[in-house]
Amino acid sequence: MHEFGVTENIVNIVLAKAGEAQASKVIQINIVVGEMTGFVPDCIQFYFDSLSKDTIAQGAVLHFEVVPTHLRCRDCSTIFHPQDTLWSCPKCQGQSAEVSKGRELYIESMEVE
Amino acid sequence: MKKIEVIQNLLEANDTIAKRNQRLLDEHKVFAVNIMSAPGAGKTSLILHTLRRLKNRLSIAVIEGDVASTIDAEKVQNEARAVVQINTRNMAESCSLMAVMIEAALKNLPLDNLDLLLVENVGNLICPSEFALGEHKRVVISSLPEGDDKPIKYPLIFIDADAVITNKMDLLPHVDFDIAAFRNSITGLNRKAEIFQLSCKTGEGIEEWCSWILRQAETNATKP
Repeated sequence: MHEFGVTENIVNIVLAKAGEAQASKVIQINIVVGEMTGFVPDCIQFYFDSLSKDTIAQGAVLHFEVVPTHLRCRDCSTIFHPQDTLWSCPKCQGQSAEVSKGRELYIESMEVE
Repeated sequence: MKKIEVIQNLLEANDTIAKRNQRLLDEHKVFAVNIMSAPGAGKTSLILHTLRRLKNRLSIAVIEGDVASTIDAEKVQNEARAVVQINTRNMAESCSLMAVMIEAALKNLPLDNLDLLLVENVGNLICPSEFALGEHKRVVISSLPEGDDKPIKYPLIFIDADAVITNKMDLLPHVDFDIAAFRNSITGLNRKAEIFQLSCKTGEGIEEWCSWILRQAETNATKP
């Protein structure tokens, strides 16, 4: 249930930005979430529906762009998507890799009227 | 309809408070360690061993995070300089600890008289990994009965760890745990992590762990 706190942040940020833009309604919120983060879009949507009730964000569509995990091999710099149980580099079979994508968690943009 | 660019990190609110917590701890020269693991891996047992071995060298406080109960706080209160229990079932925001909860707990600790703060996070390998608390070091405990594949299944918490502890080493003859495979997956993900193998049951390896913590706390105390 760690999505609750994050969803509170979404609502706070969205309402502040909509206020600055003097919007009357929030239509869509575009969120980027990395595959590694463990944040579940359906769960965020569930909390959002309840937390945005009676605000101008009520009924807004949450659009999630899920960024797949990408690792960079520390030996040969190949970028690869890890297999379920295997994190070795498909090119050189190196066992050491760092995360290059998949930890994102931010609001990218929103649509208002 | 109008599109507004936002680009705002959703963990920023927590990170801001975590940085404030760390500044407060630094002002008082308190070294803080965030101890994370699945339930039952041995966080409380390790804290008890650490308290017993180091309490004559360092003044140590403990923050206990649990969904419910004060069982762990009661276990450590005789050994620690001070204990604060946080029950996350009373918090709407999260099941694991967040920086704002630590901020409140720090107000109830004698920071001027402390050297080391051990924070026992809620037993969980997913939620705690994203929420910085203001700690100086992150420690993850994995125990043998959990299996050697946890770093691959829950990579994030292991990627950010400063130390990884394999606990319950006394069970090695009885479980299928490939120590070499576990160590390889840790070092593959995270080159900076110190790896300790110990048993809170027999005491094996505890001294090495305690020497590391003592060294870290002493280095922190001499920081300008």
